[in-house]
Amino acid sequence: MWNMTQLEYGTLARRANQIKDELRQGVRRPYKEVIDVFQGDLHKAGMKPLTFVRQVLAACVYPPLINSSNLPLDVRQRTQEELRRCVGGSVGEGNVCGLMMWKKHENASPRTGVLIPVPCHNKTVLSIMQLGAVAVPYYLSEEQGWALQVEELQRALESAKGVCNPVALYIINPGNPAGYVQSQKSVQEVIRFAWEKRLFLLVDEVYQDCVYGENCEFVSYKRTLSEMGPPFSGTVELASFHSVSKSFSGEYVCGLRAGYVELVNLDPAVMKYIHTLFSKDSCETVLGQIALDLMMDPPKPGDPSYLLYKQVVNSLPGFSCSPIEGGLFAFPRLHLTPKAIQKAKELGLQPDTFYCTRLLEEGGVFTGPGWEYGQKEGTYHIRYNTSRDVMEELLRRLSSFHMTFMKDFS
Amino acid sequence: MKSMSKITLQLQRCARDITNMSQQAVNGVSHRGRVLTLDSMNPNVKRVEYAVRGPIVQRAVQLEKELKEGVKKPFTEVIKANIGDAHAMGQKPITFFRQVLALCSYPALLEDSKFPEDAKQRARRILEACGGHSIGAYSASQGIECIRQDVAHYIEKRDGGIPSNPDNIYLSTGASDAIVTILKLLVCGEGRDRTGVMISIPQYPLYSAALADLGAVQINYYLDEDNCWSLNITELRRALSAAREHCNPRVLCIINPGNPTGQVQSRQCIEDVIRFAKEEHLFLMADEVYQDNVYAEGCQFHSFKKVLFEMGPEYSNTVEMASFHSTSKCYMGECGFRGGYMEVINLDPEVKAQLIKLVSVRLCPPVPGQALLDLVVNPPQPDEPSYATFMKERTAVLSALAEKARLTEQIFNTVPGITCNPVQGAMYTFPRVTLPQKAIDKAKELGLVPDMFYCMRLLDEEGICLVPGSGFGQREGTYHFRMTILPPTEKLKVVLQKIQEFQLRFTQEFS
Repeated sequence: MWNMTQLEYGTLARRANQIKDELRQGVRRPYKEVIDVFQGDLHKAGMKPLTFVRQVLAACVYPPLINSSNLPLDVRQRTQEELRRCVGGSVGEGNVCGLMMWKKHENASPRTGVLIPVPCHNKTVLSIMQLGAVAVPYYLSEEQGWALQVEELQRALESAKGVCNPVALYIINPGNPAGYVQSQKSVQEVIRFAWEKRLFLLVDEVYQDCVYGENCEFVSYKRTLSEMGPPFSGTVELASFHSVSKSFSGEYVCGLRAGYVELVNLDPAVMKYIHTLFSKDSCETVLGQIALDLMMDPPKPGDPSYLLYKQVVNSLPGFSCSPIEGGLFAFPRLHLTPKAIQKAKELGLQPDTFYCTRLLEEGGVFTGPGWEYGQKEGTYHIRYNTSRDVMEELLRRLSSFHMTFMKDFS
Repeated sequence: MKSMSKITLQLQRCARDITNMSQQAVNGVSHRGRVLTLDSMNPNVKRVEYAVRGPIVQRAVQLEKELKEGVKKPFTEVIKANIGDAHAMGQKPITFFRQVLALCSYPALLEDSKFPEDAKQRARRILEACGGHSIGAYSASQGIECIRQDVAHYIEKRDGGIPSNPDNIYLSTGASDAIVTILKLLVCGEGRDRTGVMISIPQYPLYSAALADLGAVQINYYLDEDNCWSLNITELRRALSAAREHCNPRVLCIINPGNPTGQVQSRQCIEDVIRFAKEEHLFLMADEVYQDNVYAEGCQFHSFKKVLFEMGPEYSNTVEMASFHSTSKCYMGECGFRGGYMEVINLDPEVKAQLIKLVSVRLCPPVPGQALLDLVVNPPQPDEPSYATFMKERTAVLSALAEKARLTEQIFNTVPGITCNPVQGAMYTFPRVTLPQKAIDKAKELGLVPDMFYCMRLLDEEGICLVPGSGFGQREGTYHFRMTILPPTEKLKVVLQKIQEFQLRFTQEFS
């Protein structure tokens, strides 16, 4: 078994489930239900699904519905199109599969390294460790709206010397947990860096449809790469990932498990093996593939609102939040007092875990502590998804809890 | 130290572990080759092969394209008898299952009077258990709790009341996902200590692919073709002691009913295997995805778990085991939904915690697949409105398969050069074909394995896509192919006839 034992995971989640059970059984708590904003799953947070997608999926699953007058004509036509199509071309859970290509035996030297952002989606770190590779952190600059600085990439690369052989640079744009959206200039800088240092670009773009910051625009790495022309466009190796789980402002079908990876400039000989790797996992779920297809060609999506939480959160003492330009999460910084940090140490907890635990128990809000995603030493954050439906209640509880907490530990 | 980010901690640990690391010059110099080449790629990947979708299927797809473009061929369609994909071959889905899934996908249909009440009731129950009452939400990584409970009840009922704990049930993305997950836990060690995994020859190539991928040592035990592909303990012993010279055997995999061979193990055989696993301290992996596909007279499916428990506490308290099932086969054939589960027995509690962590990385199995699994383990009961139609459809599928199994064996055994064991279960036939020496030589000339050469010619001349036996493993000097028995009966008869004709021509050409 590989070396994953040092990672802590799931304690807060287990407690959250426990509390949910207790509430179901009628145990009295200061709140009637837990607001679960830990994951980027908006169904859980109460968001309603998009009717069109669900209608098409239902009709694909049970074709007699094609003749049902209860379903709109476009739904029925679209269903017939989907069913006619040959759903070949397996797509995999792109992130993990892409990383598999470099996995080496643990005792091979040097070990493969992957540069990853701090903060980062923790599943990625787990996946990398699971494969026996080394995660090399590069720190995003919180003071500059989580900007990615090339000097920092250089520093990270230097730090890997003698430790591992960095072959890939993992980017999340728009960011998770920190909801930044990279500017075109930043994307170009990264591509140039990858070209210079011969790094394989792994770009997680699953939140590309969740962009709402003012003057923010999602620019894909593929497009930028192509527009940069030679020598970059023909040589930089790129894998971009997308998913139905986070697409559709308004529809999130995480449970269907579908996504895709687009590969650019890969060695044709390697492509053959990628094909084999995908084929042995049989296929992606068919419903997922249909949802993916609908995502690529959707009906009009709605626009999420987003500014409310930024206003409230930035007005709380001891809280600060960079502008949230995209993605599904807020990653505000907690300025904890020495007293609070001391108390956390006494309990053997990371300071932000301590905060999140208290927030769960007393406020009934389930959030993620910053240390699970990585952060600059001495800083603390929490992450929660910015589901519109529960935002008001969440902010109310958060404000109330936070004021009490700050008072208790002043 | 505790306040440092975990990632930084890990990096520091790596720095302390440096041995023999060569300085990487690359990052300071611009080399203009690709980062990812066959040389820099994970070497294990090169050893991964999955014949079921390998080169022959790529050729089949090519031919289909050409047919679409109007290119003239000696056939008008390519019959893909390579993969156990029932619906792709025309098998109809079970109405009840699709109704419930439609209701789950679009709950407004719960108001539609055209859907039966028992379907609605199950849909409501499943939706109730989903986050936000939606199948679009992530579920718990181990799978939706009430579905795991239903799976446990199903297992108890199937195994005559032997208790099944829902905490030991892990829902998965098809059975393959669960199989690979367990292997990931089991495979470790270096050199002579590297984990060895015993698997039958012939085998379903997911196993060989996964073992190659994980860098485990594959330990082959040969099934006895002359005795209906039966499993002999003496052969298991032989394979194990030979393997102990160069690896650390820890796992024994068995597929029952078998793929590609279709043999259904007798109860005695299962007991012998369990006894062997206990004596030799092996972890048992029982792949039982074809448990409803049993056709031959005198054959019956016995679950490993049931037999284990009936052997008494000396075995049931100690033997570590995982059994696997799926929604892709049996009478459902819903491959595309990727539903499945595994039940673990006697797993170390600390390892279970690690298992939960491991499965959490992939978040959760597809929720529609979980919903479908719930219906498979909780189908219409005799007092429910959908029961009659359900039983009719289920019986029709299974009896058609039984008929086609019999037909296939019968016809193949009339063809000179082809011998075929009875298809006792599963969905395939794995006949042995005698190839003329001249054909073997020709194959070598072309750089092809002889049975691949045979299958490629069959594909090009008759448009029938099979998988060469070399993709599954076979005794040296023997050749086989695997064909599914899924095409509708009339089409299957045509396929069998064409293979017969091809066989005669081929033998003549290379005589």
